Amino acid sequence: MQAGPSAAERAAVDELLGPPTSAWDGALERSEFDHRVARGGADARGDRDLLLPALHALQGAAGWISPGGMNYVCERLTVPPAEAYGVATFYAMFSVEERPPTVVHVCDDLACRRAGAETVIDRLRSDDATVVASPCLGLCERAPALLLQRAGDQVDSALAPVTDDALEGLIRDGVWGDADAGPESAPQAWEAASREGLRLLRRIGAVDPSSIDDYRAHGGYEALRLALEHGPEWTLREVTDSKLMGRGGAAFPTGVKWKAVAEQPVRPHYFVCNADESEPGTFKDRVVMEQDPFAVIEALTIAGITTGCERGYVYIRGEYPLATERLVHAIEEARRHGFLGDDVFGHGAAFDVELRRGAGAYICGEETALFNSLEGKRGEPRNKPPFPVQRGLFGKPTGINNVETLINVLELLRIGGRAYAGIGTEGSTGPRLFCLSGDVAAPGVYEHPHGVTLREVIDASGGVRDGRAPKAVLLGGAAGGFVGPDRLDVRLTFEDAREGGYTLGSGVVMVFGDSADLSDTCLRIARFFRDESCGQCVPCRVGTVRQEEALHRLVQGRTLGSRADELALLEDVARVMRDASICGLGQTAANAVQSAIASLGVFGGGEADALEGEAVPTRTEAQES
Amino acid sequence: MAVRPLGAVPLEPPRRLLTVTVDGAETRVPEGATILDACRANAVDTPTLCYADNLTPVNACRVCVVEVEGSRTLVPACSRTAEDGMVVSTDTDRVRHSRTLVMEFLASSVEMDLTNADVHRWMAEYEVHPERFGAQMPELPADERDRRDPGHHHEPLDPTVAEGVAQPVKIDNELYVRDYSRCILCYKCVEACGVDAQNTFAIAVAGRGFDARISTEYAVPLDESACVYCGNCIGVCPTGALMFRSEHEMREDGSWDEQQQTVTNTICPYCGVGCELELHVQDNEIVKVTSPWDHSVTNGHLCIKGRFGFAYVQSRREDDPTRRRAGARDRRGSSESASD
Ligand code: SF4
Ligand code: SF4
Ligand code: SF4
Ligand code: FES
Ligand code: FES
Repeated sequence: MQAGPSAAERAAVDELLGPPTSAWDGALERSEFDHRVARGGADARGDRDLLLPALHALQGAAGWISPGGMNYVCERLTVPPAEAYGVATFYAMFSVEERPPTVVHVCDDLACRRAGAETVIDRLRSDDATVVASPCLGLCERAPALLLQRAGDQVDSALAPVTDDALEGLIRDGVWGDADAGPESAPQAWEAASREGLRLLRRIGAVDPSSIDDYRAHGGYEALRLALEHGPEWTLREVTDSKLMGRGGAAFPTGVKWKAVAEQPVRPHYFVCNADESEPGTFKDRVVMEQDPFAVIEALTIAGITTGCERGYVYIRGEYPLATERLVHAIEEARRHGFLGDDVFGHGAAFDVELRRGAGAYICGEETALFNSLEGKRGEPRNKPPFPVQRGLFGKPTGINNVETLINVLELLRIGGRAYAGIGTEGSTGPRLFCLSGDVAAPGVYEHPHGVTLREVIDASGGVRDGRAPKAVLLGGAAGGFVGPDRLDVRLTFEDAREGGYTLGSGVVMVFGDSADLSDTCLRIARFFRDESCGQCVPCRVGTVRQEEALHRLVQGRTLGSRADELALLEDVARVMRDASICGLGQTAANAVQSAIASLGVFGGGEADALEGEAVPTRTEAQES
Repeated sequence: MAVRPLGAVPLEPPRRLLTVTVDGAETRVPEGATILDACRANAVDTPTLCYADNLTPVNACRVCVVEVEGSRTLVPACSRTAEDGMVVSTDTDRVRHSRTLVMEFLASSVEMDLTNADVHRWMAEYEVHPERFGAQMPELPADERDRRDPGHHHEPLDPTVAEGVAQPVKIDNELYVRDYSRCILCYKCVEACGVDAQNTFAIAVAGRGFDARISTEYAVPLDESACVYCGNCIGVCPTGALMFRSEHEMREDGSWDEQQQTVTNTICPYCGVGCELELHVQDNEIVKVTSPWDHSVTNGHLCIKGRFGFAYVQSRREDDPTRRRAGARDRRGSSESASD
């Protein structure tokens, strides 16, 4: 394909990559030198990891990724166009067909559909907006939510909650104009809750997120100072003593991971902060990044220096414009103050951080998919082993933790690893963030020590909105499972969860009150996994589709054979996904549906056939109608 | 690259031997071998779809999964390297379940009738019943799958029927056709076009999830892409999704008959590389050209000349009594028209 870039596209790419140095990488004029010397090969391909930022630049400049723009990027980075196209078509925020400069991503995921997302979509569509139904935007505490994705001079922004007034305002001022939909104004949970005893959320709402001085006045950079003064071995020992476990879902001991990276003889090492929070119902990392961005950077710096890295990356989901802005600012400020760079804090260690944006793919929260995405490839998970600590980002030993895990490090260094280990329970130390949403009185992020019960967590958020017992609670996110009203006294620790067959996942506590339609919820979850599967392996690529189809048949009463046959089919599908999928997405894609069937009797499964409001017609009934 | 040419003189130092237990039997394999190697050494038949001896394993299809003691999930035999003391089971209920379901998933969404005899044997052995998932979705309009946006849910006309990939055959050049109704997304063609053989990168996986597909940039026709018509993708495709145009047309008009075909091995005359060719001949006409995957020069891969440049062999005088069957269409490959 021969097309070239528009002036705007060329400018956007050059702003990112610098102007081309020769006709070999895209300059318009061929110099005398170019006639004699060829450029390319491994050197030029070394910039492949800039592909994702370059595609963002194109999308931002033109509102889509045109063949001409992509050709230019491919020339600059020596990427084959077919591969670049494969990457561009992996991400939901990129379009390879022309579309209007403003696109509205309206969340119609679990919390938002309970809060009227359909109406928002219909209203916007009737006004000719370009609307895309989106998976969870991480704003569930203020559902329904939307994200304006914009091209040209304007930046992306989120709006939540989309009240009737806000919606009409948006349409009146023109979504297409410059409606500023900053998400800051809505009430935040931490304002309602007592600030007493907060550790991870200590500064949230109290500190100015744009001021490094204010951050320091609130105790910021004390932990880094301690880490630098005592050295990596001390830090590692404190982290190990604290028995801190990863908060991303896999619950791996952080000290073990850090040690493994630190000890790898191969260099360089990398440290990645996984800020690709995309699990439906999860928004804690966003709140931390928006309100306490320096803490994330400080913790990443400690992690990097302790594990022998000179470079760290923050990989943040593309749908978080405000958090992105604040982190970018925090990185710049930290660099300006010498807290990042060649000589951090004047202690001789070098460490710098780069922020990379995802572009709409849940799977990129899986660590190896994240590495591929960061390297400019399709975000397909890798087979493990090798594990990231052996061969991770760019094939080098890599440490990776999510935002919540990292900020725990600040706290454990502040109070000491042993003291930290005294919080929570023996097997699950430290505090934990929970994302309360759905039918609770005061949705938001809450902090509790491990060992709290589900009921206590719900009560702390003001309890179920209608004052009655919830019909069901989704615990741990879409990859987690449902807990019935009879099990609200489960203790929220890793060990209890393992024993009881539930998972804390990413700390999601989504409450479904009496009026909730759980079969609709299951369908939405099934759809989520189908849409978000990377498509690499058969069990997940086809299994997520077959799962959704079977649920549709159950809901519509058009079962193949009896209802029991369909439930058995679903179980067969669940089993192969769990056993044979490459990564956690496929392995957990049936969890929520299976738990709804088994413990809530949705679709007439499990022991609770009697559950009201969930009657699914049998095959004979359906045929009669 | 995992190319292990057979017959080559082993120049590496001798490798340490590992002991692996496969279905109760102890097996010794050299360090670096995969579980699949161990299974083969033990004569345990293991189904594979995305694996090929001349390509880097992508372990995407998961039909080769086995149970390994201590592992929470099943592991792909084709790519997991064997470890000393590993205990592998290949005939458990879990393994059989996953293998069956993987084949059922594929067969319920993809046309599998042209896969090789092994695949048919495995489908019978594992009692694959793709019809369990109900009626299949009818064929989609041309190019529809090429335009699906990732993550934007498209509601199928009837969400209760089994979604499939049926679509019209892509015929956009003289030499070969792409019938993606048969594509199981094994990534082999992408690898053969890329670093495993050709380093041309004309095709890649595009899209996401069930909408993932093999595509050129912006789904342009092959002759607008970087394709050099080496046909190495055809050589590795296990399902008949990629096919010589000659074969495709003969299949269409019902004249393709493998029983009637002979295979003649020869050396490509075009250049000094010395690639071995297998000429598949039916009715005294070359209908396709392959190369043995274990040939030390080619590893099964050729270039456009060896693969498609056989027309001259067949150019005969008009009055030659042995000339091609009356009425047969000219299906000889022509490199000129393709590389224009
Ligand atoms: S399980 Fe799903 S998301 Fe994970 S690699 Fe397989 S297809 Fe991709
Ligand atoms: S076209 Fe053939 S080789 Fe390529 S992915 Fe599909 S089935 Fe595999
Ligand atoms: S197939 Fe190509 S590379 Fe091989 S001998 Fe023939 S002309 Fe040479
Ligand atoms: S923002 Fe809509 S469900 Fe999370
Ligand atoms: S043959 Fe092993 S995963 Fe496909």
